[in-house]
Amino acid sequence: MDVRAETPLFTGSDWDFALVNRIYDAIEPIAVDEMKLNVYPNQLEIISSEQMLDAYSSVGMPLFYKHWSFGKQFVTNEMLYRKGLRGLAYELVINSNPCISYIMQENSAMMQTLVIAHAAFGHNHFFKNNYLFRQWTDADGILDYLEFAKRYIAQCEERHGQLAVERVLDAAHALMNQGVHRYPRVRPRDLRHEAEREAERQAYRDRIYDDLWRTVPVGAKAATVERDERLAALGLPQENILYFLEKSGPRLEAWQREILRIVRLIAQYFYPQRQTKAMNEGAATYTHYRIMTTLHERGQITDGAFLEFLQSHTGVVYQPTYDSGHFSSFNPYALGFGIMTDVERICMDPTQEDREWFGAIAGSCDPLEVLKDIWANYRDESFISQFLSPRLIRQWRLFKILDRESDSEVRVDAIHDERGYRRIRRALAREYDIGQQEPDIQVVDVDLAGDRTLMLEHVVVNGVLLDAGDTAKVLQNLANLWGYEVALSEVDAGNRKELKSHRSQPLSGWMR
Amino acid sequence: MHIVDRRLNPGGKSLVNRQRFLRRARAYVQKAVRDSLKDRGIRELDKEGEISIGRDAIYEPTFHRAATGGNRERVLPGNHDYVEGDRIKRPEGGEGAGADAGQGEGNDDFQFVLSREEFLDLFLDDLELPDLAKRRLVGGEIDGIRRAGYSTAGSPSNLSVPRTMQKAMGRRMALRRPSGAELERIEDEIAAIEARDPPRPEDAGLLERLREDRAHIIRRRNLIAYIDPVDLRYRRFEAVPRPVAQAVMFCLMDVSGSMSEHMKDLAKRFFALLHLFLSRCYEHVEVVFIHHTDRAAEVDEQTFFYSTVTGGTLVSSALDKLIEVAADRYRPDNWNIYVAQASDGDNMMQDNPRVVSLMQDHILPMAQYVAYLEVGREEFPDATMMQSMTTLWQAYAPVAEAHRHFVMRKVAHRREIYPVFRELFQRRGVGERARS
Repeated sequence: MDVRAETPLFTGSDWDFALVNRIYDAIEPIAVDEMKLNVYPNQLEIISSEQMLDAYSSVGMPLFYKHWSFGKQFVTNEMLYRKGLRGLAYELVINSNPCISYIMQENSAMMQTLVIAHAAFGHNHFFKNNYLFRQWTDADGILDYLEFAKRYIAQCEERHGQLAVERVLDAAHALMNQGVHRYPRVRPRDLRHEAEREAERQAYRDRIYDDLWRTVPVGAKAATVERDERLAALGLPQENILYFLEKSGPRLEAWQREILRIVRLIAQYFYPQRQTKAMNEGAATYTHYRIMTTLHERGQITDGAFLEFLQSHTGVVYQPTYDSGHFSSFNPYALGFGIMTDVERICMDPTQEDREWFGAIAGSCDPLEVLKDIWANYRDESFISQFLSPRLIRQWRLFKILDRESDSEVRVDAIHDERGYRRIRRALAREYDIGQQEPDIQVVDVDLAGDRTLMLEHVVVNGVLLDAGDTAKVLQNLANLWGYEVALSEVDAGNRKELKSHRSQPLSGWMR
Repeated sequence: MHIVDRRLNPGGKSLVNRQRFLRRARAYVQKAVRDSLKDRGIRELDKEGEISIGRDAIYEPTFHRAATGGNRERVLPGNHDYVEGDRIKRPEGGEGAGADAGQGEGNDDFQFVLSREEFLDLFLDDLELPDLAKRRLVGGEIDGIRRAGYSTAGSPSNLSVPRTMQKAMGRRMALRRPSGAELERIEDEIAAIEARDPPRPEDAGLLERLREDRAHIIRRRNLIAYIDPVDLRYRRFEAVPRPVAQAVMFCLMDVSGSMSEHMKDLAKRFFALLHLFLSRCYEHVEVVFIHHTDRAAEVDEQTFFYSTVTGGTLVSSALDKLIEVAADRYRPDNWNIYVAQASDGDNMMQDNPRVVSLMQDHILPMAQYVAYLEVGREEFPDATMMQSMTTLWQAYAPVAEAHRHFVMRKVAHRREIYPVFRELFQRRGVGERARS
């Protein structure tokens, strides 16, 4: 296929719809026939910068329920954008089927090419094939579900008042990160029928309601339930606090439970994205780099456009060093793209060291197959802990520091040498392990015999406690939803000693 | 592959969220808006503006680990010369080598931009114009019209059919008008009996009774009309006098040598606020600038604020001018007249009686509201100025006692302008209004 095109796709920076079509038709064979990417059908939507701002503030989704926090997002983004402190993303892509990519009208023709390669093929392939997305999200139904959620919440606002709904949403948002199932695999749900199911559930509750039960005389006090039975009955311990509240919250009304459910399902939908930041961006960046290079080799984009591309590309994968003043954390684009190009190198041209470290893939000569396997079966944490090579550690001059509370100084624990490679790799992988990064908080018990206090436990790792101010605020929200007192104790992971405890009482009048 | 052009979709998808956000933070935003007045030139008042509010109001808490304490590990790029086992001083104010610098939200304020409308809404919220509706248009002019219940007389085009039918039905029920169904039933019965072949012996008597009943029903139905003239109801409208939608604002200022730049600045701020406020209440606001020393002249804005004229001080000259201009161009029955006067309080003692009489007999009767602002020197705070009574203050004090729409305040510093303005135009409780 080394035919050079007669004329490039475009020469200037202007684009029109016909050109976007031609660009897409030029990219598609490279992506699908040559790279053998497996993608959802694509839908490109051209939007203005104003609309991009709008999309930003509803977590990138085309439709979303209304809440003030999105307004807050909007005014922040708007100001940063207007002051020129922050540019807008060139694209936004939604994990749905068909895969929707927003591209901005302000982009140059080269940018549109880049964005189509990056989003419509790179991200798209990743969404469709990565095991986390396949397991946890339903690309077919997400837009329908959001539509349902938006309508449902609007209806609740009409029926129960905006403030009442806002309070529930505030509380649910505070617990959003504690609203995901981490371990059990959800069975694929048909979200399209979610609305009907909610109606059915309500009808069932209406049907089994029998006023007679209210009048049954109270007999002798029931025997105290054994702790294990109680826990089993409540499904405890439970780390998905929103799920627990939805199912067992004693004072919530049906619509409040449904709102918790909506927030929980949306959190679950975004959960894979939070675990695959570096991989997702790496895969998309790798894809666009390969496609753009191919287009350039075949003369379909001009040297000028290719230089423009390279400038933008290097900007995206730039990784500042820790002392540069710009460093806050690793750039997921740089990390993902760096490791993936390194894997390519290991496949094509391995050194002795690579053969020792990566026996399975070194010299396999088919980097795309290896990468596609990686894209399908890994998440950030496992990806880094498997494929960060010593060569990259040397190239980036990674080092690991240890900050002990008892020491007055920070210790350099490992550097890019023989002794340090594995330790650095393990530590960096842990930084990308969401299970390590997010506090482990679980509902452990409920004082059913007493005052119905909800008991939670935070397992403290390495002595890092919860932020006290925020914890008090979240607990307040939790207590409001639960309707009774809530107690959170922070327990050391090793010796099970309680290090700190928080309590919160529900606000009276919160739940009417 | 599809390409969808969304650019023409209606924008402003975030508007609702934005409004909810503002409502949520309203108290804080309002405070910030008022504070921002300090740094804002009066001319930029009605522009959009950036404001910042404390993060507390709109904070979204989550469970997360504390930024300090405990043992932490971290991998960083760009090692230069560290080797394993090296010890580094812990950087101030954070753990390990600038870690989490991007994560901490910090306590800095939350900044955003308010649009012009939002800004003004919040800024002038809960203010109102005194006696906005006092001045009514005399006959001949078009008044507003509004619905006012129903009447028994009116033009056919105003007939309210539902109301009429309702009345008719009530009347028919009360008078027990036989229904069409009843008539039909009897007729059916008669027909059934007539159709009997051979007729039974009792039929003749039965038929006669039924026919009598039928005649009775028909008579009653004729007597009691289905719709009677007494049932008719008409939609009633009444004319509502509408306040004149135009106002004129007279700015009076003493420009004699005793007025310093600072005083003029204060006055200007007050005038600007008033103008802004009137512009929101009236469709059309005109401004007349009159400056005076011992002579008064109508001038343009530039001259008004930036020129100095030498001469004595004769306040009555400005009032004369005002009355003259009003009579000439702004007849009180067509215009809402507002007067704002700023002065340092100097006046010739012998001019006072004339000032008072002009004010009481000519200006106050025709004006909606007269505000007198006495500006003081910055360098003499409250103590001297607030206690001493200037000549003009002495003259006006009894006027203010007697007339509710004449107010006077003293201002010595920029920051007092807005509070004074608010005080003057604050929406007053009903009770207070009734009393005064």
